[in-house]
Amino acid sequence: MILLKHGHVVDPSQELDKVADILIAEGRIQAVGENLDAVGAQVVDLTGMVVMPGLIDMHVHLREPGREDKETVLTGTQAAVHGGFTSIACMPNTTPVADNEAVIESVLYKAGKAGLADVYPIACITKGQKGEELTEMLLLHQAGAVAFSDDGRTVQHSGVMRRAMDYSKALNGLLISHCEDEDLLGSGVMNEGIVSTELGLGGIPNAVEDLIIARDLMLAKLTGCRVHIAHVSTAGGVELIKKAKEEGVRVTAETTPHHLCLTDEAVRGYDTNTKVNPPLRTEADRQAVFQGLKQGIIDCISTDHAPHTAQEKEVEYIYAANGISGLETAVPLIWSNFVMKGQLTPLEMVRAMSKRPAEILGIERGTLMQGAVADITILDPKTEKAVDKRKFYSKGKNTPFEGQQLCGWPVMVLKDGRIVLENGVLCEKE
Amino acid sequence: MPIAKKDLIHLGDLTTDEIWQVLRKGQEMKEILRRDDKKYPILRGKSVINLFYENSTRTRSSFEFAGKYLGADVVNINTSSSSVMKGESLKDTALTLDRLMPDIIVMRHGASGAHEILAKHVKARVINAGDGAHQHPTQSLLDLLTIVEHKGSLEGLKIAIVGDILHSRVARSDVWGFRALGAEVTLCAPPTLMPSKAEQLGVKVTYNMDEAVKDADVIVMLRIQLERQKAGMFPSIREYAAFYGLNGQRLKLAKPDCLVMHPGPINRGVEITPEVADGLQAVIEEQVHNGLAVRMALLAIMGGAAE
Repeated sequence: MILLKHGHVVDPSQELDKVADILIAEGRIQAVGENLDAVGAQVVDLTGMVVMPGLIDMHVHLREPGREDKETVLTGTQAAVHGGFTSIACMPNTTPVADNEAVIESVLYKAGKAGLADVYPIACITKGQKGEELTEMLLLHQAGAVAFSDDGRTVQHSGVMRRAMDYSKALNGLLISHCEDEDLLGSGVMNEGIVSTELGLGGIPNAVEDLIIARDLMLAKLTGCRVHIAHVSTAGGVELIKKAKEEGVRVTAETTPHHLCLTDEAVRGYDTNTKVNPPLRTEADRQAVFQGLKQGIIDCISTDHAPHTAQEKEVEYIYAANGISGLETAVPLIWSNFVMKGQLTPLEMVRAMSKRPAEILGIERGTLMQGAVADITILDPKTEKAVDKRKFYSKGKNTPFEGQQLCGWPVMVLKDGRIVLENGVLCEKE
Repeated sequence: MPIAKKDLIHLGDLTTDEIWQVLRKGQEMKEILRRDDKKYPILRGKSVINLFYENSTRTRSSFEFAGKYLGADVVNINTSSSSVMKGESLKDTALTLDRLMPDIIVMRHGASGAHEILAKHVKARVINAGDGAHQHPTQSLLDLLTIVEHKGSLEGLKIAIVGDILHSRVARSDVWGFRALGAEVTLCAPPTLMPSKAEQLGVKVTYNMDEAVKDADVIVMLRIQLERQKAGMFPSIREYAAFYGLNGQRLKLAKPDCLVMHPGPINRGVEITPEVADGLQAVIEEQVHNGLAVRMALLAIMGGAAE
């Protein structure tokens, strides 16, 4: 039995935003209220701390199987817990790709063995992520896949995407769309604009993303399938999603901490840690994406955690791998840059990082209601600390935020009622 | 007077005063080049590595002669393929070369920004001899010297840069240098070869070449890579030559004493007609000579031998 005392509890599922106690037993929340008492309970004083349902990241690359030099299920889930996430959904672009039950089962097995964050595997939409033949969605779902995506690539053929959406309705499936028109992309490596012009780097116009967002929204309307737009980075994308939602299309969307915090100006100096797909956009896009999040047009914040080895990043910008190691900086970035500045309320942050991802994935998480699984994240809202990639549990040290002074670091995490992170450090497994 | 920054990657790494210093020093070097004995061994005991990841005849030999006339030991390393393809990363190459104790590394590389990696990992001073579509500062310095010698200054001059601006590091460095010394710059290209938001560089942008060259004091023509046509950037060489090539008739729209420049190598009959390239207003070979002079000046100053 654990009793969390005097924490500032933020739980949008019950519109709770006040100091309260939480009693936990048998892995579940027994009570939330004031002046709780329980004989024999381990009492944790959380005065001054912020307590929220365990955060959920629905867009993570765990790299296993195949690229264990970048990340493993173990290091990835360690990074998740260290970053305040108790549940993550992992993308299928591993080697081999997760287009078969064996890969899904192996990821689930390794996640169980690690015993840290819950891992919800996402399976491919098409075999080999080739954009041609559909995967065995029904069998993959049975094996544990929570959604389908060819993330990292886009299903280029509209006919194939339409069939995928139609077919997945048999299980009320969720398709997560990485939106990128490959022909229009050409040799682009960063946002197209004055910065790409000055740096002499190939540009990626917003239309590369917007075209496929528009297409997939139209296909979602046509088929009635549930579609989730991954990592929205453009003002145009936000507008398209807004309009689709108004028309009743079953669409949800996410953006990332880096698209909320950085613009293409960060690419000056050619730091390859700023190379990411979709690329960092302009200030106007950044603001539009933030407003989209604020208004609920964009439902959630996902990290698109994309760990890479140092040698894949310490190369010429055009050759560097795309991606940012995001699990261990997301929470303090959002807390410091938005909540502390009054641009997001704590409730809005937790809605975007726990409640909505749980609803989109259809998992019974993201709440501190009585009876819920006791996945809990606790932040220290005030203590300032610099981002230090050497302290990452992730193998991916590729962060453009190194050295930034941030607040809101996760100090304690409970998973199934067990303390797995304490004082910001993972607990030894008993 | 030394150059403050360790490396010359972007022309903007030089202050305007430093640019003028290089130009004046370049003119001194031209005096030396007129002598019978061109050896001016102020860099004796210094070493220069010319690290070229792209083919280049004029820039590489220009840097090589510049170093040798000044008495430095010059080693050329030519690598046709990219470092990534070759297996050794640029970082590792940099770490290796730096232990050979060069004072200056001159590098040309096909990837924009590659010099940031080199500069981070070497103690030697780095001079950019061209990186991708980013910068080619010594080309700009030689263009500046050429214009200054003919016009006295750039203040108020109208300069048109015409051609494949999108892929041109020369254009990016020239825009910087021309504007820094007070000229008014117009960029002209077919829209498919004009980079995004180019007007935000502080220049005029036009797709009409007659407009660009009208009343110009200087026209800089850029080489068009013929492969760009196959990549679908423009429909045909014929149409390109007709609308974006410099011929005698179009040159008449410019001021009568307009200079015609080209970084070379030229595609005769494509971006420039032979009559113009060989005409009285063309200063293309002078540019090559001035290139040698400014590179000598730069090596002397950055090598710490300029008084």
